[in-house]
Amino acid sequence: MELTVAPSQFFWAAEEWERFYQDLATAPVERVVLGELVCSKRLPFYQDWIPAAVETLQSAGKEVLLTSLALITLKRERKQNAQLADMGVEIEINDLTALSYLPEGARFSVGPLINTYNESTLRWLASRGAARICLPPELPLDSVTALAKAGSECGVAVEVWGHGRIPLAISGRCYHARLHGRTKDNCQFACEDDPDGLEVRTLEGKPFLSMNGVQTLSDSYACADYQIEDLKAAGVSALRLSPQSKGFGEICTLYRQRLQGTLPVGTLSAKAIAQGEGIRLSDGFLKGETGVSWSGSQPAA
Amino acid sequence: MVMEIVCPAGTPAALRAAVKAGAHTVYCGFNDETNARNFPGLNFDRAEMAEGVAFAHSHGSKVLVAINTFPRAGAEDIWHRAVDDASAAGADAVILADLGLLAYAAENHTGIRRHLSVQAAAANADVINFYAETFGVKRVVLPRVLSVPEIAAINAETEVETEVFVFGGLCVMAEGRCSLSSYATGLSPNMNGVCSPASHVEYQEEGGELDARLGGYTIHRVGKDEPAPYPTLCKGCFSVDSKKGHLFEDPVSLNAEQLIPQLQKAGVTALKIEGRQRSRSYVAQVVRNFRAAVDALEAGQPLPVGMLARLSEGQQMTTGAYKKTWR
Repeated sequence: MELTVAPSQFFWAAEEWERFYQDLATAPVERVVLGELVCSKRLPFYQDWIPAAVETLQSAGKEVLLTSLALITLKRERKQNAQLADMGVEIEINDLTALSYLPEGARFSVGPLINTYNESTLRWLASRGAARICLPPELPLDSVTALAKAGSECGVAVEVWGHGRIPLAISGRCYHARLHGRTKDNCQFACEDDPDGLEVRTLEGKPFLSMNGVQTLSDSYACADYQIEDLKAAGVSALRLSPQSKGFGEICTLYRQRLQGTLPVGTLSAKAIAQGEGIRLSDGFLKGETGVSWSGSQPAA
Repeated sequence: MVMEIVCPAGTPAALRAAVKAGAHTVYCGFNDETNARNFPGLNFDRAEMAEGVAFAHSHGSKVLVAINTFPRAGAEDIWHRAVDDASAAGADAVILADLGLLAYAAENHTGIRRHLSVQAAAANADVINFYAETFGVKRVVLPRVLSVPEIAAINAETEVETEVFVFGGLCVMAEGRCSLSSYATGLSPNMNGVCSPASHVEYQEEGGELDARLGGYTIHRVGKDEPAPYPTLCKGCFSVDSKKGHLFEDPVSLNAEQLIPQLQKAGVTALKIEGRQRSRSYVAQVVRNFRAAVDALEAGQPLPVGMLARLSEGQQMTTGAYKKTWR
C-alpha cells in the first residue's frame, strides 16, 4: 500500500506552510496533494509558495497533485478553480465544479469530499478520466471492499482516509468568525491561531469536534492502525494521511513501518497518542458502531 | 408566472391534504433508505405512490419522488428499483443526488424529469450547467449556503430551473456533505436518510435540569420546566474555551416568506417547504399560507404579514443564508 498526504485543512502562516512542504520532501510517502481545500480567503497568503513546493516535492520523487476548493460558490472561486489546470499538475477534485473545468478525458483524481458511495458512481468517474479516488471517510469496510473491487476492474486506484482529524462538514458560514462575533466576509482570519483546529466540547465537557473556519472536523484523529490488514485484503491501494502542525514526519514514518510490517499492531497508535496531550483516536467509520468508536484502548477524554 | 409551491408529504393523507390546500406540487419518498427522511411510519409503499400520483394528477398537481440518499455499494438495485417504480407510478420527476444514480436514470428513464437534490450541494452556475449537460437535469434544489443576490446570479447564467427552501428545518452545513450524525450515532443522512435520529436521543433530569443527549453527548441543557429542544447536532449547545453557546446555529427554523418577492425577482421557479415528518394539518396550513402569498404577489398585492410564525412551535425563525450576514 502507498501513502498519500492530504492537502492541509488548516490555515498556517506562509513560512510554516513552506517549511512543512520542504520537510515533506524527505518523508516516506509516494504522493502529496496540496493547495487550498477549505477557504479561498486563505490562499493569497501562501499561493506564491506553491510552485516551489511542487518542484521540491517532484524533485524528491513524489507525485504531486493540486486540490480544488471543497465548496465553490463565489465568482472569484470559480475563476481560480478554473485556472488550476493551467499549473500543469494533476487536479484532485473536491467539488464537482472542478470537474466541469477539465477537458473531457483529462486524467484527474477524486478527493474524499466527493460523494463516491457506490460502484456506479465510481465507474462514472472512471469514465470521465478519474485515475484515483479517495473514498469519503464515513464509508464502512463493506463499502470500501466493494469499491476497491470495482476500482480494480476499471483501473482506478482506491484510497482510504488513514490518519488525521476527519472532515465531517463544510458550510457557507464561518464558525470561527461567528465565535468572534464576526461574519465570514469580515472574519479577520479568526482561524489563524488554531493550526490544528479549535476544540469544541459538549456540555459535560467531552471533546467532540474541532472547528476550522467553514469546516467542522472530528476532535479525534482517525487512525488506521488496527484496520491495515483488512484494508490490504480489500485491495485498497493507498492510505491518506492528513497534515498536522506537529510531528507529521513521524506519522508518515510510523505508517511506512506499519505497512512494511516492522511495527506491530498497536504501536503506531500508541505513538500517535503520545505525540501530544489530548490526542484521541478513532476508526469507527470503518468498523465501529459510530464514527467516533476506537478499536484500541483510549486515553481518558 | 406564479411561483410553484413544492410541498412535503410524509404520508398519503398528507399528500391529499397538501393537494386540497392548493399545493402545485408535492414531493414524497418510498418507505425505505432511498430517501432522506427515512423515519419509522413515514413515506409511501409502491401502491400508495401510484394512488398518490393519480390523486394529485386528478387535481392538477404534480408529484416529485425524492430518491436522494447515496446508494450503498453492493446494494444499488434498491435505488435503481426506486427510480423504476417512481417512473412506473407516473411521477412527474425524481429528485436525485448521486452521480451513479443520475447516470442510471438518464440512461434508463429518459421519460421522467430529473431534478437535482439539495443533497448534491450544487452551489454555482458552472456545476449546475454541468449536471444539465451531463444528465439532462431540468431543475436544481439550491443548497442553503447562498444569498439572494447569488441566487439571482446563478439564474442569470443557467437555463436550469431553481427551487429554494423557504420554510421549515434548516441545515447549516452543506447538505449531502455532512457526517456529523454518523460520527456520533453511526447513522447519517447520506447513507441512512436520517440525521440525529430519535433512536439515539435520551433526556435525563439531573439536579433540576433536563439534559438532552444524542449518542451519549449532552448538547442541550434546560431548566426542567422549560421546553427541551430536540438535540440536532448542528443546533446543539457546545463550549470552546470558556465560551458556551450554539456555536454552529441556534435552534432556529427557516422562514423566508418575506423574501418571496425578492426570490421571484431573482428568477426562482419554485419554493420548497421542508417537513415530510410533519402532520397533514401542519402541511395544509403551511401550503395555504404560501399559496396565498404567491397568489397575492401575482395579483400585485402586498404579502400577508407574519402568517407563519405560529407554526414554528415557539422556535426562533431565521432567513438563513439568504441574507449575507448569516455567514
